[in-house]
Formats: sequence, C-alpha cells, structure tokens
Amino acid sequence: MTDRAPSGTTATLDRELLGRLDRRRPGLLVGSLASGALVLVFLYCWGYQIANGIGVTGINRPVFWGFYIINFVFWIGISHAGTLISAILRVTKAEWRRPVTRSAEAITLFALAIGGLFPLIHLGRVAIFYYMIPYPNSRMLWPNFRSPLVWDIAAITTYIIGSALYLFLPLIPDAAVMRDRAAAGLKKRFYAILALGWRGTSQQWHSLEWGIRILAVAIIPVAVSVHTIVSWDFAMTQTPGWKSTIFGPYFVVGAIFSGIAVLMIAMALLRRGLALERFLTDRVFNNLGLLFVTMSLVWGYFTFAEHLTVWYSGDLFEKNVHHVLLHGDFAVPFWTMVVVNLVIPVAVLSFPRGRRPLPTALVGCGVLVGMWLERFLIVVPALSTPRLAYSIGDYLPSWVELGIMIGAIGVFACLYFTFTQLLPIVSVWEMREGWRHAGSGGESGQTSEPAPRSPSPSPVPGGGAA
Amino acid sequence: MTRWGMAIDLDRCTGCEACVVACAAENNIQTVGEEQAREGRAMHWLRIERYYEGEFPNVRTRFMPVLCQQCGAAPCEPVCPVYATYHNPEGLNAMVYSRCIGTRFCANNCPYTVRVFNWFDAEFPAPLDSQLNPDVSVRPGGVMEKCTFCVQRIQGGKDEAAQEEREVADGDVKTACQQSCPTKAIAFGDLEDPDSEVSRWAESPRAFSLLGDLDTRPGVVYLSGSEWREPAE
Repeated sequence: MTDRAPSGTTATLDRELLGRLDRRRPGLLVGSLASGALVLVFLYCWGYQIANGIGVTGINRPVFWGFYIINFVFWIGISHAGTLISAILRVTKAEWRRPVTRSAEAITLFALAIGGLFPLIHLGRVAIFYYMIPYPNSRMLWPNFRSPLVWDIAAITTYIIGSALYLFLPLIPDAAVMRDRAAAGLKKRFYAILALGWRGTSQQWHSLEWGIRILAVAIIPVAVSVHTIVSWDFAMTQTPGWKSTIFGPYFVVGAIFSGIAVLMIAMALLRRGLALERFLTDRVFNNLGLLFVTMSLVWGYFTFAEHLTVWYSGDLFEKNVHHVLLHGDFAVPFWTMVVVNLVIPVAVLSFPRGRRPLPTALVGCGVLVGMWLERFLIVVPALSTPRLAYSIGDYLPSWVELGIMIGAIGVFACLYFTFTQLLPIVSVWEMREGWRHAGSGGESGQTSEPAPRSPSPSPVPGGGAA
Repeated sequence: MTRWGMAIDLDRCTGCEACVVACAAENNIQTVGEEQAREGRAMHWLRIERYYEGEFPNVRTRFMPVLCQQCGAAPCEPVCPVYATYHNPEGLNAMVYSRCIGTRFCANNCPYTVRVFNWFDAEFPAPLDSQLNPDVSVRPGGVMEKCTFCVQRIQGGKDEAAQEEREVADGDVKTACQQSCPTKAIAFGDLEDPDSEVSRWAESPRAFSLLGDLDTRPGVVYLSGSEWREPAE
C-alpha cells in the first residue's frame, strides 16, 4: 500500500512536514495579503448593503433570489470536499487518504463558515436573523418548522459543529508536537490550548482513535443530509423548474463533485507551494482523479435524467423554464456548464496522463466554474420565468453582489493561508502511522493502537498545559 | 365563520387602473421613485395585466387585475421560516411585518408573483406624508408585503357592526379597489354567506380561478364570458 515511501526515520518525516511551518514562504505571505485585501472588499460591500438596504443588489421581482443564494449553495457544496470525502476514505481505510484528509477537512470548515454567511447576507433584515432560531422568548414564538429554511439552519449548524470537531480531533497530536517545538511565549500557549494537554499516553491514543472513528461514521449522514436539505429549499416549492424529486441526490452528487474539484486545486497548490511532492504523490492524484471522473459521470447522468423527465412531461410551465435553459437566454451558460462539467473532465481524466496534478487542478477549476453555473441555472431561470407571463423578468447582479462574491473567495483563501501557516496541513501522526504500517508489514502495526514509538514523540516536559 | 373573498368581472374591467391608485393610497404603499420604478421595482399590490390578442389592426386588449389571491392552501405560508405570513381564521393570508426578516422565500413560491418587497426604507416626501392612512402601518425596508384585502377596512367594518350590536352585513366592508372601480367590476364579501354579492358572482357559470389547476383554492374568483380563460404563454 505504500507509494515509494521516502526513506528515513519518522524524525526526518517530522522535520520535513513541520519544518515547512518554520520557514517563511514569500508566496504564502503574498497570498495572505492579497486575500486580506479581498476580506476588506467583502466587509465593505456587506456594510454598504446593510447601511443602504438590500435594494443595492440587482435582485428584483420576480427573481427574488440571486447571487447570494447561488453562492450559498456553491459554498455549501464545496464544503463537501472535506468531511464527506475524508470520512469515506477513513471508513474504507484507504491508505492514500493520509496526506489528504487534513487539507480536505480544513476546506470543509472554512467553506461552511462562508456558505453559512450567505443566507444572512441575503436577508432583507439581517439584524433579526435570529427569529429563525428556536430560542426561548417571552412571546412564546417558535420558528415555522415547516419551512425548509429552518431545516437548513438545523442542518448547517450540525454540520459546522461536526466538521469543526472532525477537523480538530486529528489535529490534537499535531498541535501537541507544535506546542513542544515552540519556544515559550504566546505561540506556545496557543498550541497548548489546541493540544488540550495531550501527552500521547496509550489511553489518549485509544480515546482519540475511537473519537475519530465514531465521528467519521456519524458525519457521513450529516453531510448527505445537509445538501439534501439545501436542495429542498428549491424542491419543496411548487415553482416550475424547482419542484423535483431528484434534487436531493442531485445536489449531493454535485456537492461532492465540486468538493473534489476544490480539493484537487488545493492539493496541487499545496504540493507546489509547500514542496510536498513526497507526500502528495502522483498516486494520490491518480486515485482522486478516478473518483473525480466518476462523480462527473454521475453528475452528468443526474442532469440528463432531470432534463429528460421535464422535457418529456410536456408540462407547459416546466417547458417554459426548460426552453430558456436549453435554447433561450440561458443556453450559453447551460452548454458551457455541460462542457466543463462533463465533456472536459471525462476527456481528460479518463487517461492516466490526465490524472496528474496540473491537469486535474485545471479540470478542477473548470468544474468549479461549471458547478457555480449549475447553481445559477437552478436559481435564476426558474424564477425569471414565472407562470403568469406578465411578470417575466430578468436579473443582473450589482457591483455589491459581485464584490461580496469575490470577497468571499478572499475570506476563504485568507482563512486557508492562515491555517496552513499555523498548523501542519498534512497530518504528521497519521503519516507516521501509515509508514509504520507499511514498514512493519502488518506484524504489529495493524492494531488500532498507534502508540508513538518514534524518536521525537510528543510528550515532553512542560507539556502539561492543562 | 367568515371567508373573505373577492370576485372580479373581467368583462367589465376597462383597465383604467383606478384600483391600482386607490390601493396605493389606502395602504401606504411606498412610491419608489422614478429610478427604481424604471428598474421595475414599483410596488403595486394590485396590477392590471394586459394581454393582446389578434394581429394588427384587429387587436383586442384583455385586462386582468391580479392581486394576492388569498389562497385557501397558500404556497407562501409554509415556506416562511418565521411565521411572518400565516393563515388567519377568516381565510386571509395575513402579514406580520414586524416578524418578516426578508428571506423572500414566500415570493418565490407564489405562483401569481403578487408579492412585492421593500428594497429600501420607505420615503414619503411632503406632502405625501400628510395623506398616509393612519390605520395602516408603514413598512420598513427589507420587508415583504402584498394585498391584505384591506384588512383595516375589514376590522373597521367589524368594529362598527359591534358598536351597533349587529352582525357584519354584506356590503359593510368595501375594499379600496372595489370602491374606486368605475365599472363596478369588483365584488367583495363573505364567501361563506350564500346570499352575499360575492357568493352570487362566484356561482356564475363565467367564474373561474386563476391557475386553478394548482388547487391553491384562491379567495379571488374571476368572471369571464369569453373562451379566454387564463394567459398561458
């Protein structure tokens, strides 16, 4: 199961992975600054909108939902990069997951945080968003549990908490290593808090192992439910073009698809930027590439099934929406979506040479565009083609919406860069464990007790930071 | 129990839009200004849809006043996360403006596209402010609104009847649009009362519901004697 495992002890492994954190990489710094500027754009645009009213957007009757909802669905979709993929890989004990999981889980958490913001940005009166939450109040008022938006809140909150834990648990041993390496001071205290007093006792390893195992299984249904419920924001209505029973699984598939896309891009960047070629090997890209092309085909199948049934039904109003989508105003984005989501991925990723870092990352970029377009094509055409022809309208985003959309990418990048600079983006202890499994040929390493026997393990005097 | 309803005789409608103006005046609907109106953000609770039939020069215009249909099974109600729109016991889809957080989900799910949104805070520059109706709250920005069947007039009618210690009689409550219609194309009253004007109109063989296939059970009934039923394209 090993892929040309680098020679050397676990000590060299530690040095290589953790050493990256010590060296300042100018690329990362530039990235942080650039994304920091975008964060300011994001804050300015949102502040401007709050100060002036939601009317500064291009949203209008009948297109009451626009870029914010599109981006909401898009980011929640991206969040499936991590938790779901890493959980599936963990549960199936795929060895090649080891260098991938951490970066994937971080994507999940940050994408979710941003995705969860968009419905709030979208609100007409964001100051009282908490009316949607079932909090105890003197008026004895509940939110309306029949509304898919209330389900959304429950699902996304659960998912955020779950993925934060899921990112955090496997991080504890690595945080302890960081704590032990850091010189006394603020930095040490930061890592000490994160390490939760980790000493690396076998009892602690046992608890950690079980914690991760339980979470990995529990998070899968949560992840599936989240995007299903997001789809129900649309599918539960009676709006032509939205009312569809296929939307639940269709959205989940699309989410995993866009999740893998962003994972491919992030991994290619990390591999290049942090010189992680020895860990994020060609084999990892090959395997993820295979998963990627599979999801592309499944997505294509769902898209075909959805549109065929609509077209075949002959329902007048459904056909109106279908028409603007395939032949009308939205034909260009629609067919662009089909090309970048289906034609290109299949054409490139079907061949081993296409499953290398650069091509997979480029295909990933295309898929991100395509999946964004997919959400655009779900939200806007259906709304702009209402039943009563008198109200037919269109939608163009304003600069505020564009600013928030681009700014959100900056917020994500900023969080991700910061994370990469603070903590090992490749899980050190899991890599160590994997190499021991591979090296020892299963004589002892197959048990669930990865008690660290390496020369530079975590427990160190002064580590009792409880 | 009362079920407030309206009947609109399309064969009488001339498309003069007096109802539209009356509605705006009665309900403190904000005038959004020239620029916003050009973008299509004029906030009419009631609109006259115009449809043209035939080839020039033999063109015929059809008018159809479309307002909130006050559905018995309203698609807007279940999707609101905060109960800002709900079903009241008299069959109205009532709006609680102070609850509304502006998700606009209700408007998306309205098959009649009759809901309008306050994109900005309302402004009533003088002398508009002195003609505001004191019985109707002015809605803040970020809030959804729509036709209420002039709920303040319904309440007024009930108050008056209570003072005179009698039941609300047919014709006690007149909506603003009904009152201002020069051709008397609108009837309003209790659909549960078989003798009311609106019930009699609703019994007409010319009566139909807009988008009746959806079974939203509208409280608004249209009357039309011609083949033309509803605009489908």
